[in-house]
Amino acid sequence: MVPITTLHYLVVAAALFVLGVIGVLTRRNVVIVLMSIELILNAVNLNLVAFSRIYGLHGQVFAIFVITDAAAEAAVGLGILIAFFRNKETVNMDEVDLLKW
Amino acid sequence: MQPVATTFFFYFLSGLTVIAGVLVITRRNPVHSALALILALLGQAGLYLMLYAPFVAGVQIILYAGGIMVLFLFVIMLVNIEKSQKEEQFNKQWVVGILAAVALGVLFVLVYTKGKSLFPDRVAQLPEQSNTQQIAVMLYGNYMFTFEIASLLLLVAIIGAVVMAKKRI
Repeated sequence: MVPITTLHYLVVAAALFVLGVIGVLTRRNVVIVLMSIELILNAVNLNLVAFSRIYGLHGQVFAIFVITDAAAEAAVGLGILIAFFRNKETVNMDEVDLLKW
Repeated sequence: MQPVATTFFFYFLSGLTVIAGVLVITRRNPVHSALALILALLGQAGLYLMLYAPFVAGVQIILYAGGIMVLFLFVIMLVNIEKSQKEEQFNKQWVVGILAAVALGVLFVLVYTKGKSLFPDRVAQLPEQSNTQQIAVMLYGNYMFTFEIASLLLLVAIIGAVVMAKKRI
């Protein structure tokens, strides 16, 4: 049996990060795009906690700050989503193009 | 205490997390995505426990699985999902998006495996019994200023969310 090292955790975090990036780049539903951003932030947190196993507790403290950021980002993002839905009656990402034309 | 069956629990929890992550980005119904995301977050909390970070695991369950996901579910109820479920779920650039993301992931794994010698493979002697206490000491000691800025950030986010979501101020 191969012992579980930091590298294993980093690979899992990379997989989660890639899943989040795929969600952000390909989905049209804004709610699911926001959930994918949460996946990306969670991958970063897993990296931080995995490295805190080597370098001391700073990584865990930083992970808590990242969770705070994620909460703030989710609140503001969902507020924007509600405002957008009230104006255009849709939740599709590619119909947010008022500034584009 | 010596941990038992570390290998089994690692592969179980990481498999759970990754499969739930795949479900998050493929489901048509956003409620199913949210439930899968809760599963992924719980699996990740288990991984935190395996890394001797019980406080972060608790914060993950309380704040993410308990707080942020309730916010998500409320917003899903507020917007009309019946109409969007009948539409196309992926945008036109999905092939390029998947290719770019997978290339990024391959790059990550290459960097991790080639640069394995850059970080030591030992583990630090972290305090296992008093993890919460140690984090509190650092949070209110070294990171006091950052902590205050985080509280200010949350205040701004609350005001911003109310301003965005309210019909007329």
